[in-house]
Formats: sequence, structure tokens, C-alpha cells
Amino acid sequence: MTSTQTTAPRTLAEKVWNDHLVRQGEAGRPDLIYIDLHLLHEVTSPQAFEGLRLAGRGLRRTDLTIATEDHNTPTENIFSTIADETSRKQIETLRRNCEEFGVRLHSLGDAEQGIVHVVGPQLGLTQPGMTVVCGDSHTSTHGAFGALAFGIGTSEVEHVMATQTLSLAPFKTMAINVEGTLKPGVSSKDIILAVIAKIGTGGGQGHVLEYRGSAIRSLSMEARMTICNMSIEAGARAGMIAPDQTTFDYVQGRPHAPQGEDWDAAVEYWKTLHTDEGATFDREVFINADELEPFVTWGTNPGQGVPLSQAVPDPEDAGDDNAKDAARRALEYMGLEAGTPMKQIPVDTVFLGSCTNSRIEDLRAAAAIVKGRSKAENVRVMVVPGSAKVRLQAEAEGLDKVFTDFGADWRFAGCSMCLGMNPDQLAPGERCASTSNRNFEGRQGKGGRTHLVSPVVAAATAVRGTLSAPSDLDPVA
Amino acid sequence: MEKFTTHRGVGAPLKQSNVDTDQIIPAVYLKRITKTGFDDALFAGWRKNPEFVLNQPEYRNASVLVAGADFGTGSSREHAVWALRDYGFKAVISSRFADIFRGNSGKQGLLAAQVDQSDVELLWKLMEEQPGVEIQVDLESRTVTCGPVTVPFQIDDYTRWRLMEGLDDIGLTLQHEADIDAYERTRPAFKPTTLPART
Repeated sequence: MTSTQTTAPRTLAEKVWNDHLVRQGEAGRPDLIYIDLHLLHEVTSPQAFEGLRLAGRGLRRTDLTIATEDHNTPTENIFSTIADETSRKQIETLRRNCEEFGVRLHSLGDAEQGIVHVVGPQLGLTQPGMTVVCGDSHTSTHGAFGALAFGIGTSEVEHVMATQTLSLAPFKTMAINVEGTLKPGVSSKDIILAVIAKIGTGGGQGHVLEYRGSAIRSLSMEARMTICNMSIEAGARAGMIAPDQTTFDYVQGRPHAPQGEDWDAAVEYWKTLHTDEGATFDREVFINADELEPFVTWGTNPGQGVPLSQAVPDPEDAGDDNAKDAARRALEYMGLEAGTPMKQIPVDTVFLGSCTNSRIEDLRAAAAIVKGRSKAENVRVMVVPGSAKVRLQAEAEGLDKVFTDFGADWRFAGCSMCLGMNPDQLAPGERCASTSNRNFEGRQGKGGRTHLVSPVVAAATAVRGTLSAPSDLDPVA
Repeated sequence: MEKFTTHRGVGAPLKQSNVDTDQIIPAVYLKRITKTGFDDALFAGWRKNPEFVLNQPEYRNASVLVAGADFGTGSSREHAVWALRDYGFKAVISSRFADIFRGNSGKQGLLAAQVDQSDVELLWKLMEEQPGVEIQVDLESRTVTCGPVTVPFQIDDYTRWRLMEGLDDIGLTLQHEADIDAYERTRPAFKPTTLPART
């Protein structure tokens, strides 16, 4: 390895950083870091390709680059022409660019198409100890494998295309220690929503968060991806979890996983990727998993959340004048009054999907709740698998039938209603329980109101029509 | 990128924290494939409200935005910076910027100047007392001046240097191409490649 030899104990993030040092910055200059995998999608890449073209530059490592179509794509009628002209043009531009520069692309209708952060891990391209970037803030998802993975802007996308590196100042590190055992009905989504409520939307600024502790170790890879995915909602550059046997088992056998001797060499290296005893973090946070409950947001930023059993908080209790003002604005936008029990809030739509919660385990968990039940009248339920592969697997397991019998829409893969960019949007004033990651004003459609929840809370809410936990449901008759 | 040393222009107070990039530019405007012409998209949702600060005549030509904490959170969309730039903003002042937004600003010649929250509030007060007052941001001395008041701002040395020199990042990195070549020769064989495609 190219690892800098040092005896001082190091954190996981520092190890991965050091192993990618092309050049150490001198005199206050940033380091030059090598990028192992560059993921592309249609929204943040066109101007970067155009920049290469204008400068007469090529794409340095097409063999470390992969593209998919996800943000703009419809999740119905995917085999007909995209109706929206500007969306269609953006997709066509990606196709032309990938062809011109020789980039592998998984287009709408392809069996490997899907949300970029579902596709990478599914193909086995995301592996421990890698650096992974994408013009997409939720690139932090890949940190679940012990990769250093983070979102970048379009100028940096162009920089990676041209040089396969990024100029970066080292990040600070923060340990998020989650010890204990989650109660039934509480999931990794609730862990991360509780973390964000605790440290705030700016709390992780400049830091890589490392999620540690017994509660994290016991999670599946897909549950870990949900946590790392929302590190950005805590303001962090990235989130990471040290790889272990769960990680190795998930990667092994996937199309791009190492094979034979390469596999043995990889695992030997991966086993060194953990924070050393005695290494120090710039900051540490402690969460007791035993006490966690299903969590839900009430406001317009992901830090404005409470346990589902509580009520809409009073803005007057919200810290300083700026926080009070933000809370008042949020309640006005959300059409909520302080003191209303969260479980009495009725919703119009339930959205199960997004790069946070659209993998097979998410669909299985939600299906287990809705099976044999009917959805609440007047509630629209959309289930959008994260990738075409997830959709096929769910269908092989009969989950599509469970959802459609329940009264849900079963869709094709894409970002869908996570962001108001494709046909799947909320109408003004429409209220949604959503398994996605952002409850910003207008995020799911102009004037739409979003409550962030876990897949099982989304499912229980779809049954009752008001925000609900699985434990609120009557037994199936 | 144009060189940035100092700028003086009308300040606009945006008295809110957590101004996320979905508010700066809603996703529907991200379908464009150009890098300019995003001025109409800036704060598109809020600009429909006649009360919104940029709709007030005294702030219409503002070029220095003074916002609450956690400006630019959320999506990595560099379009947020392009929209601010195309509208005519040269600098944004806040007590805390989201990391990706701050990085994107530095690539596009938009100055993201971090000041203490108490100084944000002081600037808000000065702007309210005298709507349309000009604010000067000086990158050389790292200071913000409004009327009789001058406060320091923070920006990292490297971004400051690049802004002042107007330097292209890719060009700088390619000076070290030999180091990149050398690093690539040491990468372990087990690292995955996307090509040839396996499914």
C-alpha cells in the first residue's frame, strides 16, 4: 500500500485519506487526493462535460467512471419518450456525452438503471477503503462500506473528469457512538433523524462522521447506507462505518467484487480499516439506542424532528430568537399548530423510495406491515424501488403484489418524489409522509409539506392515514 | 475566473437561517444544460411573494447578500452559486456556510465570507436603519465594512489566493500530473474498474 507509515493511532477517515494522498499540500495548500470511483447522473454533469470540451481535455479514467439516469426520469411509462422537453434534453445530453467520452451508462429501461447511490453498491463497485465522489450530496451513502464518499459541485465533477483527483483540505472527524439495542419498530432511519435533531443541520460542518458502537455493528449494510446517506443532513462532508464481516459478505460475489487472490488481498487490507485504539476524534457524540423511538420531522429542515409519540413543539421553546423565528416560519409553511400530537396529523400521500430508503430490505420491511391490510381511504401511496434490479427482486419475492393489493402504486426506479424534478410531485398544500431525506420547503413539489419517516412508519401511516408507528396498528384480522 | 480583490455594492438582508439550496434554486430549474442564465431561478419560490427582500425597490440591485447561519445546506447543486452570480451577487456573508456550497462558491468567483453571528445581526441592523446602504468586502484585508463599522471575515488561505489570482483549479492540478501518474502505478490490483462492464 501507499499508506504513510506512522505509529500514531489514526481514525478510519484518516487512514483512507492517507492512502489516497497523491501529493501533500505544503504551506497551507490543500492535499491532492486520488478518486477511486466517480459516479455521474444527468443533472450535475452536462456543464462539466461541456467544460472539458471547451478546454480540449479528455476524461482521464473512463474505467473509474459510471453514469446512470435517475433524477429527471419518469417512474411510469418509462418506455415511451420523456414528455417534459427540458428533462428529455438533459437525458439525451447525458447519453451523447457518455458516448462521446466513452463512459459506461445505464439508461432508463436498462436492468442496471436506478438511483446512482443504489446502483454503485449493487454492482459491487462501492468497496471499503475507496474514495467515491459524485455531483450529488447523498454520495455520503457509500461511506457505509468504510469508503470516504462525498458530494461535489459541477466544477469539481469536471476536475475529477480531467484529473481523477480533487484538491481538498483534510476534514475534521466526529465519532457518533450509538450503543444499545433498537426496540422493535425502530430502524436506522430513526437513528440518523435523532442524530440530526441532536447536533443540528450545521453540527457536522467540516467533519467526517464515523458511526460506531454496538447498535451500528448490528445493522445490515442497507440499514448502514440509510444512516450514512443522511450525514449531509447533519451538515457533514461524509459519514463512515468501519467495514466488518457484514460488509465483506455483502460485497462478495457482486459483479465488480474482487475475485480469487484479489479478494484475499482486498479483505486483508479492508481488515485494517478501523479507527485505532487511542485515536482521537475532534468531537464525540453519544446516543443511547435503547431509548430511541420512531422519529418524525415536523418542520422544514431535517433537524426539526421529534419522537413520533410527542407533539408539535412550541416555537417559544426553541432556543435563541433566530431558532424561534425559524420554527414559527416552519409551522406556518407546514400548516401545523404547536401542541398537536404528531400522531393526529393526517397525510395525503405516503412515499416509499429515494436513495435513503428504496432498497430491498426497505421494501420488505414496509411490505411486512401492509400485507393483508388496506390503505387508508384518500391516501395516495407510491412505492418506488431504488433500481431496476431492486424492482425485479421485489417482484420475484411477490412484494409488488403485496403493495398493489394494499392499494399502492408500484413504480419503476428513480429518484421520483424525493425532489420536485420529475413528474412525481406533491401539489401545493399536500402533506406527505416520506422515506426520503429532505423536508425543505417545496422539495417534493411547490407548496408540498414533507414529514420524514422510516419505511415502517411510512407503511403504518399508509394504513391509518395519520402519522403512525407499526405498534399503533390493530392486528391483521 | 475573474480576479476578486474588493467589492462594494448594495447589501440585502436575508434574515433567515438554514437557507438551503432548494430555496436558492428549486430543482425544476436544474434541467438546463447551460452554465449561465439562472438569474430568473434565484429564490424562485420566495420571489413570488411581494414582501420578499429582493422585491423591495431599495434592494433590487443588491450585490452583497447577508444571510443567517447554515446558508447553502442540502443539495450539492452548483446551480445555486450560478443563480446568485447571474442575479448579480458578488459576495454572500453568513455566520456558517454548508461545506459543498462554500466550495462551489470558491470555484465560481463568488465570495463566501464567514463572520460571527453577532456581526451578521449588526449588519442586518445597519441595513434596516438605512435600506440600500452599501457594503464593502475586502478580500485582501478580510474585512466587511458598512458605514462606520468594519468587521473581520474568515476564508481559508487557499481559496482566498485562488480568488485573488483568478486561477483555474484544473490547470493548477495538471501541473502535478507526474504525481498523479506515479500514484496510479501504486494502486492495488484489487481496486474495481467500471470497464469492462460486468453485470
